[in-house]
Amino acid sequence: MKFKVNNSEVFASTGGRPFDKKKPLIIFIHGSGLTHMTWVLQTRYFAFHGYNALAVDLPGHGLSSGESLKSIEEMADWVNDVIDAVGHKEASLVGHSQGCLVTVECTSRYPDKIKTLSLMGGAGAIPMNPELLSLAENNDPKAVDLMMDWAHGPAGHFGGHPVPGLYHINTGTMLAKSRTIQNTLGVDFRACDNYKNGFEAAKKIKCPTLSILATDDKMCPVKEGKKLASLIEGSQVDIIDNCGHMMLLEEADRVLTVLKKFVTTNYPPLSS
Amino acid sequence: MSDKKKELKPNTYKFDTLSLHAGYQPHKNAGSRQVPIYQTTSYLFDDVDHAAALFNLERGGHIYSRISNPTVGVLEERVASLEGGTAALATSSGMSAIFLTVMTLCEAGDHLVVSSQLYGGTVNLFRLTLPKFGIKCTFVKPRDTEGFKKAIQKNTKGIFGELVGNPGNEIMNMPEIAKIAHDAGIPLMVDATYQTPYLCKPFEHGADIVVHSLTKWMAGHGSSMAGILVEGGKFDWMQNDKFPTMTKPYEGYHGLSFAEEFGPTAFTMKARAEGMRDFGPCLSPQNAWNVLQGIETLSVRMKKHCSNAEEMVKYLSNHESVAWVSHPSAPNHPDAELANKLLPNGKGSMIAFGIKGGKDAGVAFINNVKLASHLANVGDTRTLVIHPASGTHSQMDEATLKFAGLSHDMIRLSVGIEDIDDIKNDFEIGFRAARKPRLVSNQ
Repeated sequence: MKFKVNNSEVFASTGGRPFDKKKPLIIFIHGSGLTHMTWVLQTRYFAFHGYNALAVDLPGHGLSSGESLKSIEEMADWVNDVIDAVGHKEASLVGHSQGCLVTVECTSRYPDKIKTLSLMGGAGAIPMNPELLSLAENNDPKAVDLMMDWAHGPAGHFGGHPVPGLYHINTGTMLAKSRTIQNTLGVDFRACDNYKNGFEAAKKIKCPTLSILATDDKMCPVKEGKKLASLIEGSQVDIIDNCGHMMLLEEADRVLTVLKKFVTTNYPPLSS
Repeated sequence: MSDKKKELKPNTYKFDTLSLHAGYQPHKNAGSRQVPIYQTTSYLFDDVDHAAALFNLERGGHIYSRISNPTVGVLEERVASLEGGTAALATSSGMSAIFLTVMTLCEAGDHLVVSSQLYGGTVNLFRLTLPKFGIKCTFVKPRDTEGFKKAIQKNTKGIFGELVGNPGNEIMNMPEIAKIAHDAGIPLMVDATYQTPYLCKPFEHGADIVVHSLTKWMAGHGSSMAGILVEGGKFDWMQNDKFPTMTKPYEGYHGLSFAEEFGPTAFTMKARAEGMRDFGPCLSPQNAWNVLQGIETLSVRMKKHCSNAEEMVKYLSNHESVAWVSHPSAPNHPDAELANKLLPNGKGSMIAFGIKGGKDAGVAFINNVKLASHLANVGDTRTLVIHPASGTHSQMDEATLKFAGLSHDMIRLSVGIEDIDDIKNDFEIGFRAARKPRLVSNQ
């Protein structure tokens, strides 16, 4: 669906179901340079089980218009604006990678609105490799190739996508190259590198929180994810073996199973 | 010890490694080093909720082997990885892959622009069968790049061609034709059977959908029928209103918009969800496994195929019984420059040559070679020969034969990986026999 936030058109996948204001809202926030498409193996389930699942394209990404937002703080405020724009008073947030920084910051800023927080491959800070950052800011496609290499675990490099016939390294590459690299990945990487408030923001979070981490995650290692989780009161942690940073694709079923249990328990769906 | 800073390089697996490993994780398959053959029709659901989620494309997995199968899935991922594609869908033959591609793209009332130099079966599909479904085609000679542009109509939904024409070895200017297609907001579909991804990756030159008869060089051993369509993932189905079946809600899946939900894999998802469900040209797991065995040695075999072919081009070009030779490696080939650009790893192993003495000489040659096999296939490890005018293209009338670039003296040769001297010696026997009828008739 398309709607306006700050006079700019936003695209969000609704998981194949029409948006229904009566249903509780879950917003999915993608990682650096990516799009709503990364959530396809999570959103459709929630959309068909009593929720409004909104996998948004951040401004300037995927099918959303406007320019990419330059800081995690701006993105956090933008997520709050999305909740208002679709006519809801509250939401559950799910983030991946950079999306974790955004949702942590948003939850700390708008504690009354955010009912649950689910973090996948998250950390309190994501400092960027300077060379990778420079490549992305200079529009070099090698930045995407490096990201895809590091984002997939050893097992993920062989493929084995849960959806028959899909090869996820090439799919991810295509998503990250769908818009101008320096305007999406470059801006996002810089925003991640600049963001320093993650640990402080985490301390303010009181809503039920889940962290899904992966043993072979090189971009946000388990150690960093646990450090963030330890600062959030009552946070749950689930660790997936033989999996890299792209857990939502590499181990989509496991992620969905854990996420489903957490969200439905803490933020029940509209019963049919 | 150098203090020079090490340059960052992606360590994703390269072609030869992907040929052996892509799409398969042993630790998820009882540690089996070889890909298991899942000889089963159907798959247990965990519970009712799981079943509903699978049917509704809410989660990945297998339901019924007409739609997908784990062994076939490994093959699909492997070919997608080798082609640089986002997704692939294997079928029971190359022809079913082409049919499924067209039926996923088109509806009754649509139009396609098609290269005239195609495998005879493909020509008949586009010329005779698709019109029965209300899909019309305009044929254009592959070297007539401007002709592709002129043939595009308001209802044209795509351009289709073989990168190297069958059997005349004409080369389509793929980058130029891709640009023409994209300027018109339509995809370019390429049959790259002759090349395999080892010789050419069409997505790097602008193609949007690639199809293969895996039966040929990919499987390589003449044992198994299989086909595949591969998606490049770059084509934007939502850029115009030409593709409502990709972009509008689809009644068959609760109003799903394939383009919106699946983006760079939308075409494959639709081909599987709709095409495999409704037409059912599924690949057997045994054949998928056989093709996987072939792909493991693809680059090794293709090198030998190409080097043998280049030797045969030299041999035939200097032979007294040969009137002409067509192969992209020949310096006098009209598309030699384009071939060097598009086929840097080798020009393939398909040679067309004209035998002096015309049709009678051709028949005598075919009937007398012993090592080369006379049959209707290409891309076997063994050397194959056929006389198209009386074989693969025999269902065409005289005018269509001419339009397809065929002549009665043409022999189609698929060079195998035998010892090159043995192939040449066998051809000498054929040529001697071919000269005989003429000697007799001259007496």
